[in-house]
Amino acid sequence: MSKTIPNIVIIDYGMGNIFSVKSACDRVGLNTTISQNPDELYDSDGIIIPGVGAFEDAMLSLDNLGLSEAIRDFSKSNKTILGLCLGMHLLFTESYEFGWHKGLDIIGGDVVKLESHKVGNRNYKVPHIGWNSIKRVTNNKMESCDLWKESLLDGLPESVYMYFLHSFYVRPEDSRLLLSTTEYGTNVFCSGLRKDNLFAFQFHPERSGSSGLHIYKNLADYISG
Amino acid sequence: MRIIPRLDIKGPNLVKGIHLEGLRVLGKPEIFANYYYLQGADELIYMDVVASLYQRNSILPLISRTAREVFIPLTVGGGLRDLTDIQMALRAGADKVSLNTAAISDPNLITAASERFGSSTITISIEAKKTDAGSYEAYTDNGREPTGVDAIEWAYTAAKLGAGELIVTSIDREGTGRGYDLELLRQVATLVDIPVIACGGAGNIGHVRDVIVEGMADAVAMSSVLHYGAIENQLFDNNLYEEGNTEYLQSQRKFSKVESFSLESIKDSLSNDGITVRPINNFG
Repeated sequence: MSKTIPNIVIIDYGMGNIFSVKSACDRVGLNTTISQNPDELYDSDGIIIPGVGAFEDAMLSLDNLGLSEAIRDFSKSNKTILGLCLGMHLLFTESYEFGWHKGLDIIGGDVVKLESHKVGNRNYKVPHIGWNSIKRVTNNKMESCDLWKESLLDGLPESVYMYFLHSFYVRPEDSRLLLSTTEYGTNVFCSGLRKDNLFAFQFHPERSGSSGLHIYKNLADYISG
Repeated sequence: MRIIPRLDIKGPNLVKGIHLEGLRVLGKPEIFANYYYLQGADELIYMDVVASLYQRNSILPLISRTAREVFIPLTVGGGLRDLTDIQMALRAGADKVSLNTAAISDPNLITAASERFGSSTITISIEAKKTDAGSYEAYTDNGREPTGVDAIEWAYTAAKLGAGELIVTSIDREGTGRGYDLELLRQVATLVDIPVIACGGAGNIGHVRDVIVEGMADAVAMSSVLHYGAIENQLFDNNLYEEGNTEYLQSQRKFSKVESFSLESIKDSLSNDGITVRPINNFG
């Protein structure tokens, strides 16, 4: 039997930067389908949840399309999931973005607002827009254990710059899920996390130049096993 | 600190004027975009400079061609009239959109757009011209139409209505190479809590440093200083361009108003001054 090329579904619920995500997948040779059909999720080897926009509208849209349930089911299959920016936020239990909203609750924790503040002369404005570095999180118990290894961040140098565009950030209940953190003024937030085969990033790897494309290359390798 | 090449687009061409007028054809936008991407640009801006005049959106295929090759954020402005236009630009591959004319005629569009697409996606472009009284007036249609609206007050309103970012262009300085309007930038940047991109007037590296340090800009956009250097380096191909005012390209003259520099040299220089920039290392 010949091995079939893995297929990734980019979930299109009307609010993602689908084009950029697809272009990055194309660049690294990932076979993708853009879909809002729950049935297509079940047949895929992995899904990408992109996202730009408001949390509440996104959840409404996922619910109306029958995608919320499909994504939750998919997450139990142990196949690969990649959540990006708002797509990362949606995975959480709840969000405080303009009111209180329930999320997909695949990861325990919440989504809260980044507050603008001053440090010395510098004004840390919100939205946080621009390049910032991601710092490796070390496992307290095993300092030698490199969490980036064999993850989608494998091979990237410490403090590599990625592109951020957001006003909210996630707070996972389980700190062991953290892959990377990022500092913005006095704020230190979770910029990357992993739960088994689920990965989520606050930044946009598809807009982060060659460093970001490296994550997509890792995704292609990861899915092919 | 973000360094952002701004590419003014007219039809199929990259153009550049002075005070946003007298447009010269410089080349194919996607070639410049790709060049700047590889050189370490942090983002790109495409400004369709005639779209609001002719009410046409010809830029969509260009956005897609660019976004397929260039893996940094692309902000697109010029001629976007409503939520449908914004959605089309985003679907075509833009990461952010920039609104001016439509937002001034209907400020509620800012709120509607930021609620629907996320405020970090909505950039408001403010084209300001100094009045005889010393205040700043907002213009639309790429610097052609005065509005009677105070540019500083408009910046405050736009931020309050949900804009994620402002691009502030001095029409007086634009294309002149005489430096950014520091007073304009400082007034806006210290007034609003959202990032402000300075635009218009860069003629040398010192100008860029000044608008960051004295103008309090959160990001810096520039055109001529980069474009003319790029042309001198390698991007000149006489045979590619048929439409528009190509006299400048044919003549192969140098543009005397700016001391052009590369993205690498500006980043090195800012870094030496203690300003944090993304290092240019083409990883992978």
